Amino acid sequence: MAATPIPLEAKGIKKRFGDHEVLKGISLQAQKGDVITLIGASGSGKSTFLRCMNLLEQPDEGELIVHNETIGFRATKHGREPADWKQVERIRAKLSMVFQNFNLWSHMTLLENVIEAPVNVLKKPKKQAIEEARALLDRVGLLERADYFPTQMSGGQQQRGAIARALAMDPEVMLFDEPTSALDPELVGDVLKVMRDLADEGRTMILVTHEIAFARDVSSQVIYLHQGVVEEVGAPADVLDNPRSERLRQFLAPKH
Amino acid sequence: MDQLNAWFTQLLAGNAIFTANTLGFYWNGLVTTVQLVFLCLLLGIVLAVPLAIGRGSKRWWIKWPIYAYTYVFRGTPLLIQLYLVYYGVVFFNGIQDTIFWEVFKDAFYPALMAFTLNTAAYTTEIFRGAIKNTAKGEIEAARAYGMSKGLMMRRIILPSAFRRALPAYGNEVIFMLHASAVASVVTIMDLTGAAYYVYARFYAPFPAFIFVALIYLCLTFSIMFVFRRLEKRLLAHLRPRGA
Repeated sequence: MAATPIPLEAKGIKKRFGDHEVLKGISLQAQKGDVITLIGASGSGKSTFLRCMNLLEQPDEGELIVHNETIGFRATKHGREPADWKQVERIRAKLSMVFQNFNLWSHMTLLENVIEAPVNVLKKPKKQAIEEARALLDRVGLLERADYFPTQMSGGQQQRGAIARALAMDPEVMLFDEPTSALDPELVGDVLKVMRDLADEGRTMILVTHEIAFARDVSSQVIYLHQGVVEEVGAPADVLDNPRSERLRQFLAPKH
Repeated sequence: MDQLNAWFTQLLAGNAIFTANTLGFYWNGLVTTVQLVFLCLLLGIVLAVPLAIGRGSKRWWIKWPIYAYTYVFRGTPLLIQLYLVYYGVVFFNGIQDTIFWEVFKDAFYPALMAFTLNTAAYTTEIFRGAIKNTAKGEIEAARAYGMSKGLMMRRIILPSAFRRALPAYGNEVIFMLHASAVASVVTIMDLTGAAYYVYARFYAPFPAFIFVALIYLCLTFSIMFVFRRLEKRLLAHLRPRGA
Protein backbone atom coordinates (compact mmCIF):
# COMPACT_ATOMS: atom_id res chain seq x y z
CA MET A 1 0.00 0.00 0.00
CA ALA A 2 1.29 3.44 -0.89
CA ALA A 3 2.09 5.79 1.95
CA THR A 4 -0.35 8.67 2.40
CA PRO A 5 0.87 11.63 0.34
CA ILE A 6 2.70 14.36 2.20
CA PRO A 7 0.47 17.45 2.14
CA LEU A 8 3.32 19.90 1.64
CA GLU A 9 7.04 19.75 1.26
CA ALA A 10 9.48 22.58 0.54
CA LYS A 11 13.10 21.83 -0.27
CA GLY A 12 15.94 24.34 -0.26
CA ILE A 13 13.81 27.42 -0.90
CA LYS A 14 15.88 30.49 -1.81
CA LYS A 15 14.53 33.94 -2.49
CA ARG A 16 16.21 37.25 -3.15
CA PHE A 17 14.82 40.75 -3.51
CA GLY A 18 17.39 42.62 -5.59
CA ASP A 19 20.75 42.16 -3.90
CA HIS A 20 19.26 41.07 -0.63
CA GLU A 21 18.95 37.33 -0.12
CA VAL A 22 15.91 36.87 2.13
CA LEU A 23 15.78 33.08 2.17
CA LYS A 24 19.01 31.13 2.00
CA GLY A 25 17.78 27.61 1.42
CA ILE A 26 14.96 26.59 3.76
CA SER A 27 13.22 23.24 3.85
CA LEU A 28 10.11 22.05 5.59
CA GLN A 29 7.93 18.98 5.54
CA ALA A 30 4.34 19.06 6.74
CA GLN A 31 2.86 15.62 7.41
CA LYS A 32 -0.87 15.26 7.77
CA GLY A 33 -2.02 16.83 11.03
CA ASP A 34 1.23 18.71 11.62
CA VAL A 35 1.13 22.19 13.05
CA ILE A 36 4.39 23.88 12.11
CA THR A 37 5.14 27.27 13.57
CA LEU A 38 7.64 29.68 12.08
CA ILE A 39 9.06 32.20 14.50
CA GLY A 40 11.75 34.82 14.20
CA ALA A 41 12.37 38.55 14.33
CA SER A 42 10.90 40.78 11.62
CA GLY A 43 13.06 40.54 8.54
CA SER A 44 14.01 36.96 9.30
CA GLY A 45 12.11 35.82 6.21
CA LYS A 46 9.35 33.83 7.88
CA SER A 47 6.47 35.54 6.08
CA THR A 48 8.31 35.44 2.76
CA PHE A 49 8.87 31.71 3.24
CA LEU A 50 5.18 31.18 3.94
CA ARG A 51 4.24 33.23 0.86
CA CYS A 52 6.62 31.17 -1.27
CA MET A 53 4.63 28.07 -0.42
CA ASN A 54 1.56 29.18 -2.35
CA LEU A 55 3.69 31.15 -4.82
CA LEU A 56 2.52 34.60 -3.85
CA GLU A 57 6.28 35.07 -3.99
CA GLN A 58 8.24 33.11 -6.57
CA PRO A 59 11.11 31.20 -4.99
CA ASP A 60 14.33 31.66 -7.00
CA GLU A 61 15.56 28.18 -6.16
CA GLY A 62 14.19 25.10 -4.48
CA GLU A 63 11.39 22.65 -4.90
CA LEU A 64 7.76 22.63 -3.79
CA ILE A 65 5.70 19.47 -3.63
CA VAL A 66 2.04 19.66 -2.70
CA HIS A 67 0.21 16.40 -2.23
CA ASN A 68 2.66 14.49 -4.47
CA GLU A 69 2.54 17.17 -7.16
CA THR A 70 5.81 18.97 -7.87
CA ILE A 71 5.45 22.54 -9.09
CA GLY A 72 7.20 23.01 -12.40
CA PHE A 73 9.32 26.06 -13.12
CA ARG A 74 10.88 27.40 -16.28
CA ALA A 75 13.78 29.77 -16.70
CA THR A 76 13.14 33.31 -17.96
CA LYS A 77 15.30 36.37 -18.43
CA HIS A 78 14.54 37.56 -14.90
CA GLY A 79 15.08 34.27 -13.11
CA ARG A 80 12.39 31.65 -13.15
CA GLU A 81 8.64 31.49 -13.03
CA PRO A 82 6.04 28.73 -12.80
CA ALA A 83 5.83 26.81 -16.06
CA ASP A 84 2.08 26.34 -15.82
CA TRP A 85 -0.08 28.91 -14.07
CA LYS A 86 -3.07 26.55 -14.21
CA GLN A 87 -1.07 24.19 -12.02
CA VAL A 88 -0.28 27.03 -9.63
CA GLU A 89 -3.97 27.96 -9.41
CA ARG A 90 -4.90 24.34 -8.75
CA ILE A 91 -2.31 24.08 -6.00
CA ARG A 92 -3.20 27.40 -4.42
CA ALA A 93 -6.78 26.16 -4.10
CA LYS A 94 -5.44 23.37 -1.87
CA LEU A 95 -3.50 25.75 0.38
CA SER A 96 -5.83 28.26 1.99
CA MET A 97 -4.15 31.33 3.36
CA VAL A 98 -5.19 33.50 6.28
CA PHE A 99 -3.63 36.95 6.13
CA GLN A 100 -2.46 39.39 8.75
CA ASN A 101 -4.90 42.02 7.44
CA PHE A 102 -7.75 39.53 6.82
CA ASN A 103 -8.13 40.64 3.18
CA LEU A 104 -11.80 39.79 2.97
CA TRP A 105 -13.33 41.06 -0.28
CA SER A 106 -14.90 44.31 0.80
CA HIS A 107 -17.79 44.46 -1.67
CA MET A 108 -19.15 41.07 -0.60
CA THR A 109 -20.99 40.08 2.53
CA LEU A 110 -19.32 37.63 4.87
CA LEU A 111 -21.34 34.72 3.45
CA GLU A 112 -20.49 35.76 -0.12
CA ASN A 113 -16.83 35.89 0.87
CA VAL A 114 -16.97 32.36 2.19
CA ILE A 115 -18.72 30.82 -0.84
CA GLU A 116 -16.83 32.82 -3.50
CA ALA A 117 -13.85 30.54 -4.09
CA PRO A 118 -15.69 27.23 -3.50
CA VAL A 119 -18.30 28.20 -6.12
CA ASN A 120 -16.04 29.87 -8.70
CA VAL A 121 -12.75 28.03 -8.24
CA LEU A 122 -13.82 24.59 -7.01
CA LYS A 123 -17.11 24.77 -9.01
CA LYS A 124 -19.22 23.60 -6.12
CA PRO A 125 -23.00 23.95 -6.50
CA LYS A 126 -24.01 27.23 -4.93
CA LYS A 127 -26.67 25.75 -2.71
CA GLN A 128 -24.26 23.24 -1.21
CA ALA A 129 -21.60 25.96 -0.76
CA ILE A 130 -24.07 28.15 1.13
CA GLU A 131 -25.05 25.31 3.44
CA GLU A 132 -21.42 24.53 4.19
CA ALA A 133 -20.58 28.20 4.62
CA ARG A 134 -23.34 28.68 7.16
CA ALA A 135 -22.09 25.68 9.12
CA LEU A 136 -18.56 27.12 9.10
CA LEU A 137 -19.75 30.56 10.14
CA ASP A 138 -21.66 28.93 12.97
CA ARG A 139 -18.49 27.16 13.98
CA VAL A 140 -16.46 30.38 14.20
CA GLY A 141 -19.37 32.05 15.99
CA LEU A 142 -20.39 34.42 13.20
CA LEU A 143 -23.59 32.96 11.79
CA GLU A 144 -25.58 36.05 12.76
CA ARG A 145 -23.01 38.19 10.89
CA ALA A 146 -23.48 36.32 7.58
CA ASP A 147 -25.02 39.34 5.84
CA TYR A 148 -22.58 41.90 7.21
CA PHE A 149 -19.91 43.49 5.05
CA PRO A 150 -16.31 43.25 6.27
CA THR A 151 -16.09 46.94 7.24
CA GLN A 152 -19.09 46.44 9.51
CA MET A 153 -17.25 43.91 11.66
CA SER A 154 -14.45 44.10 14.21
CA GLY A 155 -10.97 42.90 13.31
CA GLY A 156 -11.42 39.73 15.33
CA GLN A 157 -14.69 38.96 13.58
CA GLN A 158 -13.14 39.64 10.19
CA GLN A 159 -10.27 37.29 10.96
CA ARG A 160 -12.58 34.53 12.14
CA GLY A 161 -14.58 35.11 8.95
CA ALA A 162 -11.37 34.82 6.96
CA ILE A 163 -10.66 31.51 8.69
CA ALA A 164 -14.14 30.31 7.71
CA ARG A 165 -13.36 31.36 4.14
CA ALA A 166 -10.13 29.35 4.29
CA LEU A 167 -11.92 26.29 5.72
CA ALA A 168 -14.57 26.41 3.01
CA MET A 169 -11.90 25.28 0.53
CA ASP A 170 -11.35 22.14 2.61
CA PRO A 171 -7.63 22.72 2.15
CA GLU A 172 -4.77 20.22 2.38
CA VAL A 173 -2.81 22.77 4.36
CA MET A 174 -3.78 26.06 5.98
CA LEU A 175 -1.22 28.86 5.91
CA PHE A 176 -1.52 31.52 8.60
CA ASP A 177 0.49 34.70 8.09
CA GLU A 178 0.62 36.47 11.48
CA PRO A 179 -3.15 36.10 11.91
CA THR A 180 -3.34 38.00 15.20
CA SER A 181 -0.75 40.72 14.67
CA ALA A 182 -3.24 43.32 13.41
CA LEU A 183 -5.77 42.71 16.19
CA ASP A 184 -6.47 44.59 19.38
CA PRO A 185 -5.23 42.50 22.33
CA GLU A 186 -8.73 41.73 23.61
CA LEU A 187 -9.72 40.25 20.23
CA VAL A 188 -6.72 37.92 19.90
CA GLY A 189 -8.18 35.26 22.21
CA ASP A 190 -11.23 34.46 20.07
CA VAL A 191 -9.11 33.98 16.96
CA LEU A 192 -6.58 31.77 18.76
CA LYS A 193 -9.43 29.70 20.15
CA VAL A 194 -10.70 28.96 16.64
CA MET A 195 -7.17 28.09 15.52
CA ARG A 196 -6.58 25.79 18.49
CA ASP A 197 -9.83 24.07 17.64
CA LEU A 198 -8.55 23.45 14.09
CA ALA A 199 -5.24 22.09 15.36
CA ASP A 200 -7.12 19.74 17.68
CA GLU A 201 -9.23 18.33 14.85
CA GLY A 202 -6.04 17.43 12.98
CA ARG A 203 -5.81 20.18 10.37
CA THR A 204 -2.41 20.52 8.77
CA MET A 205 -1.29 24.06 9.50
CA ILE A 206 1.74 26.22 8.88
CA LEU A 207 1.76 29.28 10.98
CA VAL A 208 3.81 32.45 11.25
CA THR A 209 3.19 34.06 14.60
CA HIS A 210 4.55 36.05 17.51
CA GLU A 211 2.25 34.28 19.99
CA ILE A 212 4.90 32.09 21.61
CA ALA A 213 2.63 30.64 24.27
CA PHE A 214 0.14 29.59 21.62
CA ALA A 215 2.92 28.08 19.50
CA ARG A 216 4.11 26.04 22.47
CA ASP A 217 0.57 24.71 23.03
CA VAL A 218 -0.44 23.67 19.54
CA SER A 219 2.70 23.11 17.47
CA SER A 220 4.13 19.77 16.51
CA GLN A 221 7.23 21.53 15.24
CA VAL A 222 8.74 24.97 15.73
CA ILE A 223 11.18 26.51 13.27
CA TYR A 224 13.23 29.51 14.32
CA LEU A 225 14.45 31.58 11.39
CA HIS A 226 17.22 34.12 11.52
CA GLN A 227 18.27 36.14 8.46
CA GLY A 228 16.90 33.61 6.04
CA VAL A 229 18.41 30.55 7.67
CA VAL A 230 16.84 27.92 9.92
CA GLU A 231 18.63 28.47 13.21
CA GLU A 232 16.76 25.93 15.32
CA VAL A 233 14.10 23.40 14.61
CA GLY A 234 12.33 20.78 16.68
CA ALA A 235 9.51 20.03 19.07
CA PRO A 236 8.23 23.11 20.91
CA ALA A 237 9.50 21.74 24.21
CA ASP A 238 13.03 21.63 22.82
CA VAL A 239 13.10 24.82 20.81
CA LEU A 240 11.04 27.09 23.02
CA ASP A 241 11.95 25.80 26.47
CA ASN A 242 15.55 24.78 25.88
CA PRO A 243 16.89 27.10 23.21
CA ARG A 244 20.44 26.25 22.26
CA SER A 245 21.49 29.49 20.62
CA GLU A 246 21.98 32.75 22.45
CA ARG A 247 20.02 34.54 19.73
CA LEU A 248 16.88 32.46 20.24
CA ARG A 249 17.23 32.85 24.02
CA GLN A 250 17.22 36.60 23.56
CA PHE A 251 14.33 36.41 21.10
CA LEU A 252 12.25 34.47 23.60
CA ALA A 253 13.19 36.56 26.63
CA PRO A 254 10.38 38.76 28.00
CA LYS A 255 10.71 42.21 26.43
CA HIS A 256 9.82 44.29 29.44
CA MET B 1 -56.40 72.70 -8.09
CA ASP B 2 -58.91 74.89 -9.93
CA GLN B 3 -56.86 77.85 -9.00
CA LEU B 4 -53.73 76.24 -10.40
CA ASN B 5 -55.55 75.32 -13.56
CA ALA B 6 -56.83 78.85 -13.98
CA TRP B 7 -53.38 80.23 -13.38
CA PHE B 8 -51.93 77.91 -15.97
CA THR B 9 -54.60 78.76 -18.59
CA GLN B 10 -53.98 82.42 -17.97
CA LEU B 11 -50.26 81.88 -18.34
CA LEU B 12 -50.65 80.21 -21.69
CA ALA B 13 -53.47 82.44 -22.88
CA GLY B 14 -52.32 85.23 -25.10
CA ASN B 15 -48.97 83.58 -25.46
CA ALA B 16 -48.06 82.82 -29.01
CA ILE B 17 -44.91 80.92 -28.17
CA PHE B 18 -45.77 77.81 -26.17
CA THR B 19 -48.37 76.33 -28.45
CA ALA B 20 -48.94 72.66 -29.08
CA ASN B 21 -46.73 73.04 -32.12
CA THR B 22 -43.66 74.40 -30.35
CA LEU B 23 -44.15 72.09 -27.38
CA GLY B 24 -44.03 69.29 -29.94
CA PHE B 25 -40.65 70.60 -31.04
CA TYR B 26 -39.40 70.56 -27.49
CA TRP B 27 -40.75 67.05 -27.02
CA ASN B 28 -38.97 65.76 -30.10
CA GLY B 29 -35.84 67.54 -28.97
CA LEU B 30 -36.10 65.84 -25.59
CA VAL B 31 -36.44 62.44 -27.24
CA THR B 32 -33.42 63.11 -29.47
CA THR B 33 -31.29 64.33 -26.57
CA VAL B 34 -32.19 61.37 -24.38
CA GLN B 35 -31.52 58.92 -27.23
CA LEU B 36 -28.21 60.53 -28.10
CA VAL B 37 -26.96 60.70 -24.53
CA PHE B 38 -28.21 57.27 -23.53
CA LEU B 39 -26.69 55.58 -26.57
CA CYS B 40 -23.35 57.33 -26.31
CA LEU B 41 -23.10 56.46 -22.61
CA LEU B 42 -23.97 52.84 -23.29
CA LEU B 43 -21.45 52.51 -26.11
CA GLY B 44 -18.98 54.51 -24.04
CA ILE B 45 -19.13 51.99 -21.19
CA VAL B 46 -18.81 49.06 -23.58
CA LEU B 47 -15.63 50.63 -24.97
CA ALA B 48 -14.32 51.91 -21.65
CA VAL B 49 -14.26 48.62 -19.74
CA PRO B 50 -11.76 46.82 -22.01
CA LEU B 51 -9.83 50.05 -22.52
CA ALA B 52 -9.54 50.63 -18.77
CA ILE B 53 -8.28 47.08 -18.30
CA GLY B 54 -5.84 47.48 -21.20
CA ARG B 55 -4.65 50.81 -19.83
CA GLY B 56 -3.27 48.90 -16.83
CA SER B 57 -1.49 46.34 -18.99
CA LYS B 58 2.23 45.80 -18.60
CA ARG B 59 2.67 45.74 -22.38
CA TRP B 60 3.54 49.17 -23.72
CA TRP B 61 1.93 48.56 -27.10
CA ILE B 62 -1.44 48.07 -25.37
CA LYS B 63 -1.01 50.70 -22.68
CA TRP B 64 0.35 53.65 -24.65
CA PRO B 65 -2.13 53.82 -27.55
CA ILE B 66 -4.98 53.82 -25.04
CA TYR B 67 -3.32 56.54 -23.03
CA ALA B 68 -2.77 58.58 -26.20
CA TYR B 69 -6.44 58.16 -27.12
CA THR B 70 -7.79 59.26 -23.73
CA TYR B 71 -5.27 62.10 -23.60
CA VAL B 72 -6.32 63.50 -26.98
CA PHE B 73 -10.06 63.18 -26.37
CA ARG B 74 -9.90 64.66 -22.89
CA GLY B 75 -7.51 67.36 -24.06
CA THR B 76 -9.61 68.84 -26.86
CA PRO B 77 -13.07 70.44 -26.85
CA LEU B 78 -16.03 68.21 -27.62
CA LEU B 79 -17.28 70.75 -30.17
CA ILE B 80 -14.05 70.42 -32.17
CA GLN B 81 -14.27 66.64 -32.00
CA LEU B 82 -17.84 66.86 -33.28
CA TYR B 83 -16.78 69.12 -36.19
CA LEU B 84 -13.93 66.79 -37.06
CA VAL B 85 -16.16 63.73 -37.21
CA TYR B 86 -19.09 65.49 -38.87
CA TYR B 87 -17.11 67.30 -41.56
CA GLY B 88 -14.23 64.86 -41.57
CA VAL B 89 -15.95 61.72 -42.78
CA VAL B 90 -16.64 63.32 -46.18
CA PHE B 91 -12.92 63.38 -46.90
CA PHE B 92 -12.58 59.63 -46.84
CA ASN B 93 -12.46 58.94 -50.55
CA GLY B 94 -15.25 56.79 -51.78
CA ILE B 95 -17.16 56.72 -48.51
CA GLN B 96 -20.20 58.00 -50.40
CA ASP B 97 -20.35 54.67 -52.21
CA THR B 98 -20.30 52.52 -49.10
CA ILE B 99 -22.95 51.62 -46.59
CA PHE B 100 -21.25 53.92 -44.07
CA TRP B 101 -22.48 56.90 -46.01
CA GLU B 102 -26.07 55.87 -45.43
CA VAL B 103 -25.32 56.08 -41.75
CA PHE B 104 -23.06 59.11 -41.71
CA LYS B 105 -25.02 61.44 -43.92
CA ASP B 106 -27.50 61.76 -41.08
CA ALA B 107 -26.00 64.15 -38.54
CA PHE B 108 -27.19 61.96 -35.66
CA TYR B 109 -24.58 59.27 -36.23
CA PRO B 110 -21.47 61.44 -36.53
CA ALA B 111 -22.63 63.16 -33.36
CA LEU B 112 -23.20 59.83 -31.65
CA MET B 113 -19.73 58.74 -32.70
CA ALA B 114 -18.02 61.90 -31.46
CA PHE B 115 -19.90 61.79 -28.15
CA THR B 116 -19.15 58.10 -27.69
CA LEU B 117 -15.42 58.58 -28.29
CA ASN B 118 -15.42 61.50 -25.90
CA THR B 119 -17.29 59.88 -23.04
CA ALA B 120 -15.41 56.58 -23.52
CA ALA B 121 -12.14 58.49 -22.99
CA TYR B 122 -13.33 60.02 -19.71
CA THR B 123 -14.98 56.79 -18.55
CA THR B 124 -11.82 54.83 -19.30
CA GLU B 125 -9.86 57.09 -16.97
CA ILE B 126 -12.55 56.92 -14.26
CA PHE B 127 -12.60 53.10 -14.37
CA ARG B 128 -8.82 52.98 -14.65
CA GLY B 129 -8.45 54.95 -11.43
CA ALA B 130 -10.97 52.76 -9.63
CA ILE B 131 -9.32 49.55 -10.83
CA LYS B 132 -5.93 50.81 -9.75
CA ASN B 133 -7.26 51.58 -6.28
CA THR B 134 -8.41 48.03 -5.61
CA ALA B 135 -6.97 46.98 -2.26
CA LYS B 136 -3.75 45.02 -2.83
CA GLY B 137 -4.68 42.59 -0.07
CA GLU B 138 -7.97 41.68 -1.76
CA ILE B 139 -6.15 40.92 -5.01
CA GLU B 140 -3.63 38.86 -3.11
CA ALA B 141 -6.43 36.91 -1.42
CA ALA B 142 -7.98 36.22 -4.83
CA ARG B 143 -4.65 34.88 -6.09
CA ALA B 144 -4.12 32.84 -2.94
CA TYR B 145 -7.51 31.16 -3.41
CA GLY B 146 -6.59 29.92 -6.87
CA MET B 147 -8.41 32.45 -9.03
CA SER B 148 -7.21 32.91 -12.59
CA LYS B 149 -6.59 36.45 -13.84
CA GLY B 150 -9.87 36.52 -15.75
CA LEU B 151 -11.92 35.25 -12.84
CA MET B 152 -10.26 37.72 -10.50
CA MET B 153 -11.04 40.60 -12.87
CA ARG B 154 -14.64 39.49 -13.25
CA ARG B 155 -15.44 38.63 -9.65
CA ILE B 156 -13.18 40.80 -7.50
CA ILE B 157 -11.58 43.75 -9.28
CA LEU B 158 -14.36 44.99 -11.59
CA PRO B 159 -17.31 44.64 -9.18
CA SER B 160 -15.44 46.52 -6.51
CA ALA B 161 -14.03 49.11 -8.95
CA PHE B 162 -17.42 49.85 -10.56
CA ARG B 163 -18.90 50.53 -7.17
CA ARG B 164 -16.14 52.93 -6.27
CA ALA B 165 -16.38 54.59 -9.70
CA LEU B 166 -20.10 55.23 -9.33
CA PRO B 167 -20.03 58.79 -7.91
CA ALA B 168 -17.46 59.96 -10.48
CA TYR B 169 -19.34 58.22 -13.27
CA GLY B 170 -22.57 59.93 -12.19
CA ASN B 171 -20.83 63.26 -12.75
CA GLU B 172 -19.72 62.11 -16.19
CA VAL B 173 -23.33 61.26 -17.11
CA ILE B 174 -24.50 64.72 -16.11
CA PHE B 175 -21.55 66.31 -17.89
CA MET B 176 -22.43 64.39 -21.05
CA LEU B 177 -26.07 65.46 -20.88
CA HIS B 178 -25.01 69.11 -20.72
CA ALA B 179 -22.31 68.69 -23.34
CA SER B 180 -24.82 67.13 -25.73
CA ALA B 181 -26.17 70.65 -26.30
CA VAL B 182 -23.41 71.13 -28.87
CA ALA B 183 -25.16 68.58 -31.11
CA SER B 184 -27.46 71.38 -32.22
CA VAL B 185 -24.65 73.08 -34.16
CA VAL B 186 -24.53 70.23 -36.66
CA THR B 187 -28.25 70.56 -37.44
CA ILE B 188 -29.49 68.02 -34.91
CA MET B 189 -32.85 69.03 -33.44
CA ASP B 190 -32.08 68.09 -29.89
CA LEU B 191 -33.39 70.06 -26.92
CA THR B 192 -31.08 72.98 -27.58
CA GLY B 193 -31.88 72.78 -31.29
CA ALA B 194 -35.57 73.05 -30.46
CA ALA B 195 -34.88 76.07 -28.29
CA TYR B 196 -32.93 77.70 -31.14
CA TYR B 197 -35.83 77.08 -33.44
CA VAL B 198 -38.34 78.68 -31.08
CA TYR B 199 -35.97 81.58 -30.49
CA ALA B 200 -35.50 82.16 -34.21
CA ARG B 201 -39.15 81.75 -35.05
CA PHE B 202 -40.53 84.12 -32.42
CA TYR B 203 -37.40 86.12 -31.67
CA ALA B 204 -37.96 85.33 -28.01
CA PRO B 205 -34.63 84.17 -26.65
CA PHE B 206 -35.46 84.39 -22.99
CA PRO B 207 -38.61 82.21 -22.85
CA ALA B 208 -37.15 79.79 -25.39
CA PHE B 209 -33.96 79.16 -23.45
CA ILE B 210 -35.33 79.41 -19.92
CA PHE B 211 -37.82 76.70 -20.82
CA VAL B 212 -35.13 74.43 -22.20
CA ALA B 213 -32.94 75.13 -19.17
CA LEU B 214 -35.76 73.89 -16.94
CA ILE B 215 -36.02 70.68 -18.94
CA TYR B 216 -32.25 70.10 -18.64
CA LEU B 217 -32.53 70.77 -14.93
CA CYS B 218 -35.28 68.16 -14.56
CA LEU B 219 -33.17 65.64 -16.47
CA THR B 220 -30.16 66.39 -14.29
CA PHE B 221 -32.18 65.91 -11.13
CA SER B 222 -33.55 62.61 -12.42
CA ILE B 223 -30.03 61.37 -13.15
CA MET B 224 -28.85 62.49 -9.72
CA PHE B 225 -31.78 60.70 -8.13
CA VAL B 226 -31.03 57.46 -9.95
CA PHE B 227 -27.35 57.59 -8.98
CA ARG B 228 -28.20 58.42 -5.39
CA ARG B 229 -30.33 55.27 -5.27
CA LEU B 230 -27.66 53.18 -6.97
CA GLU B 231 -25.00 54.42 -4.57
CA LYS B 232 -27.19 53.67 -1.60
CA ARG B 233 -27.59 50.11 -2.80
CA LEU B 234 -24.17 49.36 -4.22
CA LEU B 235 -22.01 51.25 -1.75
CA ALA B 236 -23.71 49.76 1.31
CA HIS B 237 -20.46 47.97 2.14
CA LEU B 238 -18.71 51.28 2.81
CA ARG B 239 -21.19 52.47 5.42
CA PRO B 240 -21.73 51.37 8.98
CA ARG B 241 -24.58 48.93 9.32
CA GLY B 242 -28.06 50.42 9.41
CA ALA B 243 -26.88 53.87 8.30
